Order: sequence, then C-alpha cells, then structure tokens
Amino acid sequence: MSAGVTFAIARRVLAQLRHDPRTLALLILVPALLMTLLRFLFDARPASFDAVGAPLLGLFPLISMFLVTSITVLRERTTGTLERLLTMPLAKLDLLAGYGLEFALMATLQAFAVSAVSFGLLGLDTAGSAWLVGALAVANAILGMALGLFVSAFAATEFQAVQFLPAFLLPQLLLCGLFVPREQMADILGAVADGLPLTYAYDALDRVAADGALGGGGALDVAVILATTALALGLGAATLRRQTA
Amino acid sequence: MVAIEIRDLVVKRGGRTVVEVPQFAVEAGRVTGLMGSSGSGKTTLMRAIVGVQRIEGGAADVLGQPAGTASLRRRIGYMTQAPSVYGDLTVRENLGFFAAVLGIPSARIDAVLEAVRVPDRRRQLVRDLSGGERTRVSLAAVLLGRPELLILDEPTVGLDPLLRVELWRLFGQLAAAGTTLLISSHSLEEARHCDELVLLREGRILVSDSPEGLRERTRLDDLEDAFVAIITEREGVPA
Repeated sequence: MSAGVTFAIARRVLAQLRHDPRTLALLILVPALLMTLLRFLFDARPASFDAVGAPLLGLFPLISMFLVTSITVLRERTTGTLERLLTMPLAKLDLLAGYGLEFALMATLQAFAVSAVSFGLLGLDTAGSAWLVGALAVANAILGMALGLFVSAFAATEFQAVQFLPAFLLPQLLLCGLFVPREQMADILGAVADGLPLTYAYDALDRVAADGALGGGGALDVAVILATTALALGLGAATLRRQTA
Repeated sequence: MVAIEIRDLVVKRGGRTVVEVPQFAVEAGRVTGLMGSSGSGKTTLMRAIVGVQRIEGGAADVLGQPAGTASLRRRIGYMTQAPSVYGDLTVRENLGFFAAVLGIPSARIDAVLEAVRVPDRRRQLVRDLSGGERTRVSLAAVLLGRPELLILDEPTVGLDPLLRVELWRLFGQLAAAGTTLLISSHSLEEARHCDELVLLREGRILVSDSPEGLRERTRLDDLEDAFVAIITEREGVPA
C-alpha cells in the first residue's frame, strides 16, 4: 500500500465531483433543506423536532454516501477503468482507502453544512454536543460508503444500483427505531433490527440527542458501526477481482 | 529473446471453449499483429497474457514470469478495447491520475500526449472528445510508464488513415527502442505494419508467420488475399 496512490485516488474522485457542480451542490444542500422542511413540519412541536432532527441529521450522510459510492464504483467497474487500475501497480487497499478518504471529506462538508443550519439557524437543541453529532454523522457516512462499495458488486446497471437504496437501506431506516421505538414493534422485527447496522447508527445519535453522552451503550454502538464498516470494506475488497471470466 | 510464451492455454466461457492455443510465442522487440475477426478470441487471449483472464488450463509466461505476477504490473501496459479513461475528467487530469498511480513525474504527460497526437484542450472533458481521441488518451495512459511490453487491443480502430499510419509508425519506433508490442486488429489491411502476424480464428491460431513468410507461402502479394487463401486451404471452404 502507498500513501501516494491513496491520495491520487482521493484527488481523482474529488476532481470528478468538481466537474459535476450540481451533484456537489445537491450533496451539500439537500440535507440542510430537508432539515429546514422538518423544522417547519414540527412547527408546533419543537420537542419532536429535537428528538427526530439529530438522528436524521446524522443519518443523511450515510444515505447519500451509500448512493454516491455505489454509483461511482459501479461506473468504475462498467467503464473498464477498474480493470485498468487492477492491471497497474496498485493495492486494492489503496483504492478503498482513497475512496474512504475522499468520501469522508465530502461527508464532513455535508455534516458541517447540515449541522450549521440545524443548530445555528433552525434552533435544533440536543442534550449532547453538536460536535459529537457531527462526528457520528461522519462515521455513519463512512459506513454508508463501505456498504455502497459492497453492494455495487451486485448491480450490473445504474438502475439496479439506485434500487438498492429502497431495497437495502429503507427497511433499515424503518426498523432502526426512528419511527417506532423498537420495543413496540412485533418481537420478530425488533430482533431483526438488532442485527442491522443502521439500528446502531441511529442508537448512538439518539443517545447523544436525548442523554447528552454516548455512555457504555453508545460505545458499543460506535464499535458496531466501525466493525460493520471494516467488514463491508473487506467484503467489498473481495469483490474487486483482478481475474475475471 | 521470447517475451511471451504460451503452452496448452485453454479458456472456457459458459462451458464453451473460446480460446485453445497449444503453443505460441512472441519475440521481444517486435511488433506482433494479432489478427482475426471480432469474436475470434483476440481480447480473451490478450487478457490471458495480461493475467486478468480466468483460464481453464495451460500457462502463459510473460517476461519470464507467470502471467498475472504482481511485479509484472509495472512492466506491462495493457490497453483495453473500450477506452478505459474517466469521461468526467480532462485529458490532463486523467493522465495526471494514472501518472500518480504509477509514481512517475507529471512532466512525462506532455511527451505521451505528443506521441499519440492528442491536442491538449485544457478544460474539455474526455467524454466530449471524439471516439478516436478517447482511444488515444487511453493509449497515452498506457505509454506513461514506459512498459517493456505493450498489449494493445484494437488501438487504431475508427481512426482516420493518416492518424493510423502515424500510430503504426509510433509502434515501430517503440519496437526499435526495444519495446515488445502485441497489437490486435480486425482489419487485415493493417497486417503490413507488423513484423510478425498471428491469425486467430474461432479461438485457434490458424497461422503464425512474418508478412514475407506469408507472401512466400501463398505466392500472393496482398496479405488479405494470403489470409483468405490460408483459411480456405485449412477449412476447405471456397473463398
């Protein structure tokens, strides 16, 4: 593995995004606009906005990075550039780390924008620090990137890759406890939710928003997020084959 | 000296044998043309040499090492048939990226752009270039690292005749400087630019000879006629 190659990959993905200002603007602005929408949706119930706002703020980057990564890597697979890179002196880890670096940077920008708007303008109030919410948002974004990288191996077209969002992430979003507390779901759904990564991403955010600190349970949540990220990256690396039929 | 040596290579796809080559060698420092119609197995054979093709049996030795060995990646330049460059980057950004991956100074970019005759339009994205220009950017990327062995899959397809001649001249210069080139083409009229010719048909090598050897063997001056004569002779079908 080489730092030079890792940075080259990160710089290249950044350059690709720079040539696509509309995508860049959508990435940065949409979460902030959705939070604004939420704020006025809960106009009469500011407490509900506080309860839902922080977890959503921390989950947006996961969703957008999942989409951006799965499409970027799918393109790399279908245009032949991945095959070219794999015939060059480059470690798969360089590729993954380069993507990780670049999308972590994007996620930081996105989390910063949505946090600034939510905490600064919309009056979002959490028990814990806004910085901790932001940091969790970045960790979640990297999880989203890792999941996107992994599922891109199962998509042959961009249509399919986009469908993985409702097929793969939406059920997790429904079950994570954001809409209905997990204790109130049918037992089987609660049990399923315990096995899904988004549940832990939501949990950590909810703890910071409601309790003000991560605590022991929150540390476990973060550990699950990091472990799932590593697992998804490992599985994703296994789908980057140097030899194909 | 032999740059590529293949023994008993078999590649199957979907249970069907797509390439079967008992013996094949490419001389170092020469331009070897891999001729054959589309679907004859040229790309598959090239992929097996580069080491990205899953093979059923046999072996390919490249520059003295088994195909696919990690240390070969710096010594081989493989240009795929589809221009595998980033459409949403400029020419210079593309080459800058590949140069960075290879760890070579970006000063080399100007030299390869000059060699493949791609004008450096500063802000234009590669997706807005013509197909031929994209192919040449892809070729430029392969040349960046000065590899000892170039495997080029249809590098001249769709180019205007003048450019095509210029590229073949470039290939000749590279070979004169010691580079080994294996170049595929489905257009038999390009055969005259090669030092050695290999005709692939339905995954098998029908003939492997120099242009002069082919002309002598068939007593035909035109290489295309010579190929047709050989195919007819082997397969017993009138031309």
